[in-house]
Amino acid sequence: MMVDVAFQPNRVGGAARKRQSLRVALKRKSTAAFLMTLPLILLIGILVVYPAFYSLHLATLNKSMQRFVGLGNFQFLFKRDTFWLVVEQSCIFAITAVLFKALIGFVVAHFIHNIPAKGQRKWRGMLLVPWVIPPAMSTLAWLWLFDPSYSAFNYTLSLLGIGPIPWTGDADWARFSVILVNVWYGAPFFMIMYLASLKSVPDQLYEAAAIDGANWWQRIWYVTLPMMRNIIAITTLFSLIVTFANFDIVRILTTGGPLDHTHIFATYAFRIGIEGSDIPLGASISLFMVPILAIAAVFILRDINKRGNEA
Amino acid sequence: MSRKLSRRQFVAATALSSAALITAPYVRGAHAAGKLTMGFWDHWVPGANKASTDLVNEWAAKEKVEVSIDYIPSQGNKNLLTIAAEAQAKSGHDILAMPTWWPHANSELMEPVNDIMEPLIKQNGEVNGTVQYLGQLDGKWLGVPSCVGSQIKGPCSRIDLMKKLANIDVQEMYPVGAPPKADNWTMDTFLKAAEACHKGGFPFGIGLGETTDNVDTAGAIFQSFGAQLVDAKGNLTVKTDAVRQALDFYKKLIAFLPADASAWDDASNNRWLVSGRGAMIMNPPSAWAVARRDAPQVAEQCWTHGFPSGPKGRFAPFLPYFWTTWNFSKNKEAAKSLLVYLSQSAAVEKMVTASGGYDLPSFQKQTTFKVWAEEGPPKGTLFHYPDPYKHQTLSIAASPAPPKVAQQIYARATLTKMCLRHYQGESMEKDAGLGGRRVRRLYAELSVRSSCSCRAERDRCNAHPPPIRFVGSRRAVGFPTGD
Repeated sequence: MMVDVAFQPNRVGGAARKRQSLRVALKRKSTAAFLMTLPLILLIGILVVYPAFYSLHLATLNKSMQRFVGLGNFQFLFKRDTFWLVVEQSCIFAITAVLFKALIGFVVAHFIHNIPAKGQRKWRGMLLVPWVIPPAMSTLAWLWLFDPSYSAFNYTLSLLGIGPIPWTGDADWARFSVILVNVWYGAPFFMIMYLASLKSVPDQLYEAAAIDGANWWQRIWYVTLPMMRNIIAITTLFSLIVTFANFDIVRILTTGGPLDHTHIFATYAFRIGIEGSDIPLGASISLFMVPILAIAAVFILRDINKRGNEA
Repeated sequence: MSRKLSRRQFVAATALSSAALITAPYVRGAHAAGKLTMGFWDHWVPGANKASTDLVNEWAAKEKVEVSIDYIPSQGNKNLLTIAAEAQAKSGHDILAMPTWWPHANSELMEPVNDIMEPLIKQNGEVNGTVQYLGQLDGKWLGVPSCVGSQIKGPCSRIDLMKKLANIDVQEMYPVGAPPKADNWTMDTFLKAAEACHKGGFPFGIGLGETTDNVDTAGAIFQSFGAQLVDAKGNLTVKTDAVRQALDFYKKLIAFLPADASAWDDASNNRWLVSGRGAMIMNPPSAWAVARRDAPQVAEQCWTHGFPSGPKGRFAPFLPYFWTTWNFSKNKEAAKSLLVYLSQSAAVEKMVTASGGYDLPSFQKQTTFKVWAEEGPPKGTLFHYPDPYKHQTLSIAASPAPPKVAQQIYARATLTKMCLRHYQGESMEKDAGLGGRRVRRLYAELSVRSSCSCRAERDRCNAHPPPIRFVGSRRAVGFPTGD
């Protein structure tokens, strides 16, 4: 009996401590944050991580997906001219498009920034329109504008005695067309990011620069750009990833033609994997983006970390 | 209070219950024979899906099966994505409509349907060679040819323009209710007509892009010259006179086609005809059907007819659909029963009529329905669409190469790309070499990466890869090294 009495309070105390520690754990900010992000983590796990590993697994199989071939698919791709054409085109497409998006976004952000606050919201809204329309829909409109036989652009140019221009029929023009549509779609994203960044640059810096006699160009070079560096780097990286993985614009406008000159990784992977019923080879093509983007990410993010440490 | 059951009472109760059970009528549930799911091709002719739905429901009511139909569009290749997803998941519809190459591409996962195909052939007549080529593997039928979605992509000409500019009366050449009088309808006549219509300002609308309509036309023209990139045994036959002739023919033809033909997709030729800008396109009657709605003055001048013949015969592109059953389907017996029901002539006629004559049955005895003679305007415009007098060979581009190789040639539009490069001035040898290299790699892919269906065959391929020969080439090529 004595033993029972002595034992009982101990047991109650242990359970209470457990409950208390659970309560403390739940009260901890990090636990709450983890629980709140858990649905998203699970979603990413199911929709991103699992497919990523599955595509890695697929890339190591033979065409009928019955046998492990290791890096055989990649070896096969490396010996193909068309694949290297796709690599070249993907790099041209992504780098050119991101450069122009950044440039146009930067210029337009400055214009918007200089508009009085009252009218700014209207312009911001209008300039965001290309970015908020799903590209699969807006590209259809571009397809009509570039249509080989009924191009509205060619009709307009013909009134000036120019053309007709083979927008999607000639390799160089087709490359230009898909890049143009991508720039049109993506520039507003850069614009809005740069605008937010511009607004956070303290006015005192510009005042100090003005006192020092800095001209317009010097103010941009020595004040604006250094203050926007991190945003520029992150936006560029983000856009580079999205542009490299683009599918809809090329698929709708040219389906990779003429003569495969506008294929990028995603459209070529679709052509080989789905239309050619060779899913492992298609998976290998799409995975080829990973090392390219990883190298870009290392370079761009390393720079950000350096400045972070200096700060 | 408990009442004890006596032995006598127990025996009496048991006997009564047994008698009641035996004599009671069998009440069959509405879905006693289980469930059946199907993924059919989503027809673009309004109302055509309804005919399929009605037929399936009729069968389901008779057989007491619960049915569920998904209509899957081919726009954006959604049907191809569904096929790939179901093959990966090993789960999906009990019946799935697959176009052209896909039964072969998934042959390892297909339930053989010889048990229903053989009686159907006896009943409905033979199927054409392309259906055999695409639907059979080593004597195993991979699917039942479906009339829904199957099509011939033959010429659809403007009666007035062909008469005026090329001096060809297409109605006289292909009269309603009578065999074609098309002996003079050759590739030479076709080329002269293309030139005349081009000069007259109404060029033929034949594309050179990478989509199927463009590839199909190139395939039929190559075959009419006897030009094959890979033969039925898997030998490379790129560097041959036949391929050179076909490329030369295309070079002459391209000069008379619209300047932007290299950028054409599958909608471009339809627009070309409907807008009244061209004298001929190569398409099933969908373009004419759109013209009937949007440009009746164009539609009433359209005539669908046979392909011109080349030195090796008259070939027309035929793209069949198949109704297939996965080997992991849950209700294979019900699926086969439905496929037999849908392949009866009465059912096929209903579906063909609902499609306005667009759909083409593959069985010999099902190509003379009234609908093709009656559709119009002009009346009888589709009479020769199903090739009722069998005066052309129905074929598919890249055949007779082994289907898994041919699919790669077809999907990558190797034929139109070769024609375009040749036209743009790349030398014949370089061009043929390019095709050769490309196809050789495809062949390498097939054998080295092993898509052979059975293990023994796969091991054989890997251990002793089949030699590849260039027919007509001095260069003896052994196993591809991937140059």
